[in-house]
Amino acid sequence: MLGALTLIIRKGFNFMMVSLCVLGAVLAMTLVCMMLGYILVHGITFFNLDFITNEAAFPIGTPGGGMRNEIIGTAIIVSLGTLIAVPVGLFAGIFLSEFASPTVASSVRFAADILSGVPSIVVGIFAYAIIVRPMHSFSAISAAVALAIIMLPVVARTTEESMRLVPGSLREAALALGITRWRSVLSVVIPGAMTGIVTGVILGMARIAGETAPLLFTAFGSNFSFESLSEPIAALPLQIYRYAMSPYQDWLQQAWAGAFLLAMMVLVVSLAVRFISRKRGS
Amino acid sequence: MDTCPQTENAQGQNPNGNHILITKNLNAYYGSFLAVRDVNMAIAPNSITAIIGPSGCGKSTLIRCFNRMHEVAHGARVTGQLLLDGEDIYGTGIDPVSVRTRIGMVFQKPNPFPTMSVIDNVVAGLKLSRIWSRRRKMEEIAERCLRQAALWDEVKDKLKQSGTSLSGGQQQRLCIARALAVKPEVILMDEPCSALDPIATLKIEDLMHTLAKDFTIVIVTHNMQQAGRVSDATAFMMMGDDRAGQLVEYGATKQIFTNPKDKRTEDYISGLFG
Repeated sequence: MLGALTLIIRKGFNFMMVSLCVLGAVLAMTLVCMMLGYILVHGITFFNLDFITNEAAFPIGTPGGGMRNEIIGTAIIVSLGTLIAVPVGLFAGIFLSEFASPTVASSVRFAADILSGVPSIVVGIFAYAIIVRPMHSFSAISAAVALAIIMLPVVARTTEESMRLVPGSLREAALALGITRWRSVLSVVIPGAMTGIVTGVILGMARIAGETAPLLFTAFGSNFSFESLSEPIAALPLQIYRYAMSPYQDWLQQAWAGAFLLAMMVLVVSLAVRFISRKRGS
Repeated sequence: MDTCPQTENAQGQNPNGNHILITKNLNAYYGSFLAVRDVNMAIAPNSITAIIGPSGCGKSTLIRCFNRMHEVAHGARVTGQLLLDGEDIYGTGIDPVSVRTRIGMVFQKPNPFPTMSVIDNVVAGLKLSRIWSRRRKMEEIAERCLRQAALWDEVKDKLKQSGTSLSGGQQQRLCIARALAVKPEVILMDEPCSALDPIATLKIEDLMHTLAKDFTIVIVTHNMQQAGRVSDATAFMMMGDDRAGQLVEYGATKQIFTNPKDKRTEDYISGLFG
């Protein structure tokens, strides 16, 4: 028999732990809502068509300025980074899931996890050292490589995870029909894992679209419209960072609008991903 | 090879030892663990051979050696010989992929490809082992195989639907049709009815009798009644003292069920264990 006191202590402890869990969840939710709300309230007032279609206006204070160059620049380096990261990540993921022996797989997986944990500014320094220095110029291509390095482990691991979810019985079925290993991966396993793979790629793109640190010494930023991959290029997060640090009211407003655009983009992507994965579930 | 004469007597149709599948001292390992020991059996063409025995006795492992699926598992290997039409499929220079087009397999759980339509499922083995295939030809083959698998009438209006939209029994017959499409000589079935209800089971058993006219069938089953209903020959396996599965007795189904030579077979058949 439990004493009355023990019972009270146990119930009290239980109540305390449950409360802490609820509190944590509420806090997390509140933070997201506050942040999105804050950006929404501040950003939407300065967000208009000019912001998307116009270049930055000079001198400072001229109305109708926008971030067209930065939006295009971000689109270019994110697409290029994706173009580099997706094939490499895809093959790495396929290797991990289908062909690697357990020991090799665990070391490759460990390497990928390390890579995804490397601070993005370190990736930026690396891209600076291997591309910017030899080329003697900041460039779009160096930014794309830096972003690709950040995206690579995301694509590789989500590809691996979603291919592992494809039941082994389907691989066996294909092998038992006299289909080669590679062909069964290509035509049976990958189609089964496709939604997961696409989700991973989209999430990776959302991740690198907002990266700022690695762009500081690769893309560098530019006030001019895009001309060449080997020249400095404007980028949205970079410009938000510069404007937000400035003392000018006009630039601060532009930074809010930029933050709003970026946040909306990530939100839309997250919703799209949810939609895709739900479709798979049904 | 003391097991061979029994089958010959059992079949009565192969007095010259005309066997499509002969195993010689077949051992199956998982790493260093011996899972199946020294199996010698000879299977007559166009017969249905049932492999029965308590769980864990190596039935599935043995049947997976027959089409070189055993070695797919990490660290698994096979020693000994397995002659298909007199040719050792474990011989040097034999490609396991081509062996599997000659010896097809149906698994315990129906496993149609969920991303493919019914028709694509049937011709998957053909389509995915070549670069290019003519659609018209594929449709013809699919219809023939679906008819052979007694499934055509049920699915002819849903050929474009996903293979997994069918019922469990239909899915299993779809898997049989899929195995037929690559024109194998032997079809292995690893407990093909264990996930199905009695009616679906009955349909598959009927189908097996029809298919035996054109193919040789080896079926693993934990269901003794099923073995008794469908098979011409029965192999009884059991785990030995060293935990390796071994062939205890192999002979005509009638003899195994009515007049088993081995005490262990008799005990198993009469339900003393298992």
